[in-house]
Amino acid sequence: MATNVEALSIMSIFDTFLNWKVFVQTLPLLLSGLTTTLTLGVTAIILGFIGGLVLALLRLYASSPLRQIAVAYIDIFRSIPILVLLVVIYYALPFVGLRLSSFGAAASALSLVSAAYSAEIFRAGIEAVPKGQFEAARALGLSPWRLMSDVVLPQALRIVIPPITSNSINVMKDTALASVVAMPDLLKQATQAQALAANPTPLISAAVIYILILMPLVRLVGVFEKRLAVRGR
Amino acid sequence: MMRPIIEMKNVVKSFGHFKALHGVDLQVKEGEIVVVIGPSGSGKSTLIRCINQLEEHNGGEIIVDGAEVGHGRKSTVLTEVGMVFQSFNLFPHMSVLRNVALGPVRVRGLSWAEAEERAQRLLTRVGLADQAAKYPAQLSGGQQQRVGIARALAMEPKVLLFDEPTSALDPEMVGEVLDVMQQLAKTGVTMVVVTHEMGFARKVADRVVFMDGGRIVEEGPPDEIFNTPRDPRLRSFLQAVLSH
Ligand SMILES: Nc1ncnc2c1ncn2[C@@H]1O[C@H](COP(=O)(O)OP(=O)(O)O)[C@@H](O)[C@H]1O
Ligand SMILES: [Mg+2]
Repeated sequence: MATNVEALSIMSIFDTFLNWKVFVQTLPLLLSGLTTTLTLGVTAIILGFIGGLVLALLRLYASSPLRQIAVAYIDIFRSIPILVLLVVIYYALPFVGLRLSSFGAAASALSLVSAAYSAEIFRAGIEAVPKGQFEAARALGLSPWRLMSDVVLPQALRIVIPPITSNSINVMKDTALASVVAMPDLLKQATQAQALAANPTPLISAAVIYILILMPLVRLVGVFEKRLAVRGR
Repeated sequence: MMRPIIEMKNVVKSFGHFKALHGVDLQVKEGEIVVVIGPSGSGKSTLIRCINQLEEHNGGEIIVDGAEVGHGRKSTVLTEVGMVFQSFNLFPHMSVLRNVALGPVRVRGLSWAEAEERAQRLLTRVGLADQAAKYPAQLSGGQQQRVGIARALAMEPKVLLFDEPTSALDPEMVGEVLDVMQQLAKTGVTMVVVTHEMGFARKVADRVVFMDGGRIVEEGPPDEIFNTPRDPRLRSFLQAVLSH
C-alpha cells in the first residue's frame, strides 16, 4: 500500500517536471530560443573580444587623454550590473532618441561589459610576455605594430585562453538577462512555453540545455588550467 | 675602414636618481672588434643598450653610422645595429627558421621565400642547418644562442652588439658560441661584445674597454690591458677574474 503511494507520487513528479509530451510539444520553441541565445552570446563574445583588445592596447600604450578614457571605461563597465545597463539601454535611451531592438540592446549591454573584462584579461596577458621579447623585437627594428602582431600578441593570446574562455562562459550565461527586455531567448521561450502548457517541463529542459552547452566549456577551462600548471613547473 | 661607425660623446644615463653612465666617450671604427669588460653593475649592458636605444640616454650624443640617435628621433639607422642577448630572447612561438626570417621580411621587405632562403644559409653558417624546422624550446642553450646570432645577422647589420652571450650557457656550450663569434669577427662586421670570457677578449678583440662605476676607466689593445694594466681597479678586476 505504502509503496503504491510512493510509486504514484514519483509518477506525478515525472508528469509534472519531465513530461515527455510537453517536452516534445515545446521543443521547437526552445530550440528557436536557443538559436537566439547562441547568436546573442557569440555576437557579444566577438565584439567584447575586439573591444577588449583595443581597450587593453589603449590602456597600455596610448598617450594621456585616450589612456585615461580607456581606464575610466574599464572601471565603469566593470562596476555596473549588466541588468541595470541593459534596462538603461532599452528603456532610458529611447528618451534621447536612441531606440534599440531588444537584440540590439542586449548585444550592446553584454558587449560593453565583456569588453571591459576582456581588456583587463588582455592587459595581464600582454604584461606576462617577458620583457626580452619586446627588446628582441625592437632590436630587430620591428615597428610597434609588428612588434605587437608578430611577437607579443601571439604569445599573450595563448596566455589568456583560459580566462577569456571563462569570460565567454559568463557572457553566455548573462544572455538570459535579455529575457527582461522581451528578447525571445532560451529562457524567455521556456517561460512562454511553460505558460502555454501549464507545466514546468520547458523550464527544466531549458536549464538542462544551458548546462549541456556550457559544461564542455567549463571542463575545457579546467583542462587549460591543468595544462598551464604542468607547463609552468 | 677607419671611419667611426659608433661615436659616443659624454653619454649620461640615469635610472631615476641613479646614474648608470657618467659621461662615457667611446668611438668604434668600422670593422673593429671591441670587447667590454668590468665588474657586474659597472654599466656594460647599459652602454651597449644605449647604442641601439633599448635604453634612451639622458645626456650627451650617440652617433651611429653618421646619424644621431635618441631623444625621440625616429631613425632607420638602428636597423643597421643587431643585438644578441644573454637570455637569447628567441620568439618561442615561431620555428627557428621563422625567427631568423622575420626581421628581413618585416623590416627589409624581403618575401618570405627570399628571407627563408637567407635564414637557411645563416643557420648553415652557425651549424644549425638541420634544426630549422624546430622550435626554440627544442634546442639546447648553445644552439638557441647560435640562432640568436643568425637572427641578428639576417638583418645584415653593420654593427653587432653582444650582451654576455655565453653567460647563461652551461660551460660545455660556451665554446660553440664563441667559435661562431670568432668566425664572425673575421667577416669585417663591427662588433661590440660584453663578456667575461677573457680568452675570447685576448684572442679576438682589437681593443678592450674596462668599465667600472659607470665610467670607462681604461682601454687599449688586449696585450696592454691584460699584460700591463695601469688602473688599480682593472688590476684587481683581472686578478679576481683570472684567478679561477
Ligand atoms: N632598468 C633599470 N632600472 C634601474 N636601474 C638599472 C636598470 N638597468 C640597470 N640599472 C642599474 O644600472 C647599473 C648598471 O647596470 P648594467 O648596465 O646592467 O651593469 P652591467 O651590465 O655592467 O652588469 C646597475 O647598478 C644596475 O642596477
Ligand atoms: Mg649586464
